[in-house]
This record gives sequence, structure tokens and C-alpha cells, in this order.
Amino acid sequence: MPEIRNMTLNFGPQHPAAHGVLRLVLEMDGEVIERADPHIGLLHRGTEKLAENKPFNQSIGYMDRLDYVSMMCNEHAYVMAIERLLGITPPVRAQYIRVMFDEITRVLNHLMWLGAHGLDIGAMTVFLYCFREREDLMDCYEAVSGTRMHATYYRPGGVYRDLPERMPQYQASRWRSEKDVKELNRNRQGSMLDFIEDFADRFPACVDEYETLLTDNRIWKQRTVDIGIVTPERALALGFTGPMLRGSGVEWDLRKKQPYEVYGDLEFDIPVGLNGDCYSRYLVRVEEMRQSARLIKQCVQWLRQNPGPVIIDDHKLTPPRRGEMKGDMESLIHHFKLFTEGYCVPPGEVYAAVEHPKGEFGIYLVSDGANKPYRVKARAPGFAHLSAMNEMAQGHMLADVVAIIGTMDIVFGEIDR
Amino acid sequence: MMEMIESQLSFLPAPLLAVTLIMLKIVVILVPIMGGVAYLTLLERKVIGYMQVRLGPNRVTFFGIPQLGGLGQPIADAFKLLMKEMIIPAGANKVLFLMAPIVALAPALAAWAVMPFGSELVLADINAGLLYILALTSLGVYGIIIAGWASNSKYAFLGAMRSAAQIVSYEIAMGFALVGVLVAAGSLNLGEIVESQRGNLLTWFWLPLFPLFLIYFISGVAETNRAPFDVSEGESEIVAGFHVEYAGMGFALFFLAEYANMMLIAALTTVMFFGGWMSPLPAAWTDIPVIGTLLGDGLHWFVFKAFFFLFCFLWFRATFPRYRYDQIMRLGWKVFLPITIVWIVVVSSLVVLEVPPWFSSHGAGA
Repeated sequence: MPEIRNMTLNFGPQHPAAHGVLRLVLEMDGEVIERADPHIGLLHRGTEKLAENKPFNQSIGYMDRLDYVSMMCNEHAYVMAIERLLGITPPVRAQYIRVMFDEITRVLNHLMWLGAHGLDIGAMTVFLYCFREREDLMDCYEAVSGTRMHATYYRPGGVYRDLPERMPQYQASRWRSEKDVKELNRNRQGSMLDFIEDFADRFPACVDEYETLLTDNRIWKQRTVDIGIVTPERALALGFTGPMLRGSGVEWDLRKKQPYEVYGDLEFDIPVGLNGDCYSRYLVRVEEMRQSARLIKQCVQWLRQNPGPVIIDDHKLTPPRRGEMKGDMESLIHHFKLFTEGYCVPPGEVYAAVEHPKGEFGIYLVSDGANKPYRVKARAPGFAHLSAMNEMAQGHMLADVVAIIGTMDIVFGEIDR
Repeated sequence: MMEMIESQLSFLPAPLLAVTLIMLKIVVILVPIMGGVAYLTLLERKVIGYMQVRLGPNRVTFFGIPQLGGLGQPIADAFKLLMKEMIIPAGANKVLFLMAPIVALAPALAAWAVMPFGSELVLADINAGLLYILALTSLGVYGIIIAGWASNSKYAFLGAMRSAAQIVSYEIAMGFALVGVLVAAGSLNLGEIVESQRGNLLTWFWLPLFPLFLIYFISGVAETNRAPFDVSEGESEIVAGFHVEYAGMGFALFFLAEYANMMLIAALTTVMFFGGWMSPLPAAWTDIPVIGTLLGDGLHWFVFKAFFFLFCFLWFRATFPRYRYDQIMRLGWKVFLPITIVWIVVVSSLVVLEVPPWFSSHGAGA
């Protein structure tokens, strides 16, 4: 009689649910997973080494490309690490802008996650609903930094520039009639803050819309409840952070526990899950989107009433204004030095972490006093989450593996770095 | 119409004449079905597109007329697939691999033979029509299983296994739902099943057989491998499942089979539960001049009702997440099967007690 062997299935890196380039080697008994072995490294670009070969202020763009669906949060950790080594604090207005964009980024990330998670489980429509709202937030990125994704907006000492007074508008073309354009521009008539406030006002209703499709849907619940359970103890031991940890019922959020920027002054709640399954994590993330809308609204109100500088005025660290540079010798020298040599950072080491949409994203920075970092290490939340793949998937079926990949919210930019 | 053609061809010997006539009838049935399949794909993309706040295909047109944007898409797709190379993977069983798409498509088309489009509009008015339908719709799954096995691919194989498991669980519930129809109508002939529903909207079988109607339609969705029961091709899990290795026309045939099956299920639901070609309006309305004939019984009502069920297929796809395949089986065995059995008992008692308006004097359609 022939020996019965388990089937080994190579899942990815080319697979619709691989979320980029995940390669999973699955050992399966029928459709039941016996062992799930994630292989990583297919998107390794050597970000850390690249950053070690460039002046401090020239690596911000690399950080955008780590977790490429929550760009500004990555920048935030890196910029914060440099600021701590330099011993500078950005102006309060810059801090509010950063918090606002961190939360916009959180919504961006969670919308992407919700859409992709829905698509993994077969709910196609949620994906496009999410992307409809995502487009508006992308426009905010573009309005403030000039690009839709890789913004490089946060700079050591503040942010690149103040929020624009006028929201960019659509223009009529061969494909878009005047009437359509008018409708598209309806909430873009005022400043960028007006647009963001309008978004924060209507966004909770949009979240309701996604929830009508999923939250009480019997099939959605059958596919997510009790799938990939992680107990609070295991979640802590595995190094989970962010919604993965909170989904297991551990109330841990850097924004509350170690407030950075102005999070200490703002009101928001930390949602916590009960069961540690995919459904709990889904509920936690959905509630986080609502809380983010609340935070955005508070930031908008503060930013309206308090104009002021958005970057420190020390031209050893921040570039002088363009006009000054053209007419003033000293500013020209500052500009030249800043964009060629950068600046030297006092020797020391620092770990700066932010509550990234996916968890704790930290940058560990060692400086030997030169203009380049001696060592940069990025602590990516997704890496710790992915390493729990085997534990979470064991005993579940193939279709659940896809749900678990979705619930981890992994992005290979940060895992492979 | 048919008599006219018959008189034109009367010079032919009798057996040849019969064969020619049947061939003509088959063409008359199949051409609209194939056209319907082609444009159903467009309809699906358009309907789901609008449900998902996007436009769907709107570029391919005829003669550059912008108002027809999108209408050329199915034809362009068909040409694209025809032109593509059909790749046979190494290690595949060549004969079975090439046979599988045909095995999938043939029953989907053959089942239309007994479909009563109108009171006289049926190709083969056979008495075991319901049995014939049941047999042929179950045959379609062999195409899927053979394709999955012959591809020599693990993903395709998983898809085939899932499909086999799914069909076993749903075929039984579906069969029992049909037994309910049989009991209520007292006939296996599809035309007579429609006739026994004669009356108005309330005398159609959907009312006395409501649970069976729901189960039949849901099982039909499952049998055609459509969302939310599309586990055998589960895009995000096993990539494309059983047809992962097919390209070009092989893939197109599976596609045709799936959509032809969707139309078949929609048509059968109409025939068995929604009075086929019958009009829901009172008979007196046919006296209204001009539009009177439209309000009376006829093929257009059949098409209209079937179209509604087809729309439901698309609607489900845009709304629901996908079941896991063990959950599908749980639904089939633990929910649908008991309900159908209980309801057959209920229907049988209704028939025996001659409950009006469905089963009164004219006696269970006898």
C-alpha cells in the first residue's frame, strides 16, 4: 500500500492573495494546514544600508518606500529619531500637522487593508468603496507634498511647508464634462483644511457603508470569527503590536502609553478586541478609522485657529527660503551645505517609535558624530506579525490562510526592507 | 413559420427533412443562447461596475460610434481568446485536458432541448424532462473534475476536489427541491409543470413551494460555481482553481459553460416556480388594444423573468464574500437537506388535501 504523504503547496510569490511577494510553503493534509512556512526577502532593497550611506536628511524618501501604504508614518519615526539626537523640537503647528497626517495615513492604510482583506475573502465591492475614499486622502497628500504616495513631507525640525490655502481642483477635459467637474470640486472650494474637515465629517458614514456589507454579514462572520486566534499572552510573546495586539485584548497604543507630538492633548479612544480572532481585529481596525476621523477633526480645529511656523528657523538644519537664498550670501552657503554635506548629528544612539497603522514602527539610529548615520535599523511591525504565520494558520484550511494573511495587514516593503 | 420552412423543403426525403428541421430548431435555440452568454458577460461587468461606483467596459464600439461604447467588448474578448495559443502543460493528460472544456459545455447547452420557451415552443417535448435536466446539469461537474485532474497542477486539483465535494452536497438538496415541484405539478414534463401553474401571480409554485424555490435557486448558484459559492475557482485562494492551466479557447469554453449554466438555472427557476411564459397580469388585460398582446402570455415574460434571476446572480457576486468549502457543505447537508425533506411532506399533504388555489379541483395538474 502506498504511503500517504502530505501535499506541499507553494503559495506565492505570484499569487493573488500574496499581498505583494509573500512566499508561503504550505504543508497540507487535504486542505488543512499542517505547517505554514513563510519565506521573505523577495522585496529586499537594502534600505537600512542605503540610509547609512547618505546624509541624514537625504534618506527620508527611503522611509516612504518601506511600508508603501502608510508613507508619512514611516517618515515620522525616522525624522523623530534624528530630532531626538539633535535635541530639537518642531513648532507646535508642525506637530499638529504631523498628527493630522499620521491619522490621515492611518485611514489610508486601514482603507487599503479593509479593501484587500475583503477581496481576499471574496467581497469584491468593499475594495472599490474603500478606494473611493482613499482617493480623496491621496489628493491631500498631493496637495501638501506634490506627490500622491511618497511624500517626503516630514523633515527634521518640522514639515516641508504649511498647508495650502487652496485645495487643487479638477479641470474639465475631453473625458470629464464641466458638470462632472463641478460636482467633483464641490468640496474643494475652500482651503485644504476645509476639504479635510469635510472628509472627516462624511467619513464615519462611509465606514457605516462598509460595515453594512461586512459586519453583520453571516458569511463574513463565518469566515473570520474564530479564525487565527491569538491569546493575549501569545500576542505579547510574539512581539505583536498595533491592531494585532489590541485585537487580542491588550490595551497598548504608543499614542496613549508614550505620547509623542501632541497626542497627549487630543481626545480619542483605543478600541480593544475580545477574542483575538480575525473578526476582533477587523472590528478594532474599523473603529480605529472612526477614531482617526475624530482626531483629524480636532487637529483641523486647532490648525485653523493657530497659524505659525511649521519648521524651525535654524538654517543649519532646515533650508532657508528660496528668496533669501537668491539674495543673501549666508543663506546660499546654508543651502549649499545642507544639500551637499547635510549636517552632523551628535554621537549617540536613539530609538524612536510611532504608533504606525500596522503597529509599532521604530527607527533605531546610531550616530558617530558624522553627517551619515552609523547604523539605521527599522523595526517593522509586519515582520513580527508574519513570523506568527505558522502558529496562526495551523489546523485551519487553505481559505483561512488567505484570511489570516489579510488580517495581518502585511506589506512587503517594510518586512523585506 | 416552421410549416412554411417545412413546405419549402418538402422535396427532401422524409427522414432527411426531419433531421434538417431539428437542426434548424437547434440553431434557432443555440444562437440566441450563445449571443446571450456573450452579452451576459458584458452585462455582468456593467452591472457590477455600477454597483462598485465605476463604469465597466465602455471603450470597444462598432464603427466608432461613441454611444455604443462597450457593446463591442464581448466580441473583442471572444476574438482575443480565439487568437490565443492553447497551452497544454507538461505532464498533463492531453486527451482529458482537451476533452474537459467540451464535457463542461455540452451538457450546459444540451439541457436547453427540453426548455419550454412558450406553450408550443419546445424542441423536445419529452415526458421525463425534469429527470433529463437533473441528469445533464449534474454531468457538467465532470468537466470541472476532469479539468482539475488532467491539468497536473495542485491548484487545479484542489479546485476539482472542492467542486466534487460541493456538487455532492448540493445535488441532493436540488434533487429534493425538484421532487417538491414534481409532487405539486404531478408531471415531469416541463411544459406541463408550467401549465399546472396557470392562474395568476399567486397560483405559481413559488408561493406553496417557497422554501424549495429558495433552496433550488441557491443550489443553482452553487452548482454554477458562482459567488458566493465559487470555491472551485476561488480567485484569492487557489488562483483560478480548475481552469488555472487553461488559456485561449479552452478557457473560453469553461467561461461559456458557466454563463450558459447561469442562464439555464435562471430559466429553470422561471419554469418551475414562476410560471414560465405566463403573464402575471389578469387575462382581461389582453383586451387592451395595441399593448394587449404584450400583457398576455408569451416568450417575452419567460425572458423577462429569467433575466431577473440572472440579475440576482450578478447582484450576489457584488455583495457577498466567499464561503469556505466546508461551510458550503455544512449549509447543504445540515440546513438545505432537512428543509427540503420537511417541505416535501408539507407539499404532499397540501396536494392530498387539495388545498386551493393551487391543488384544488383540477387535481395536482393531472
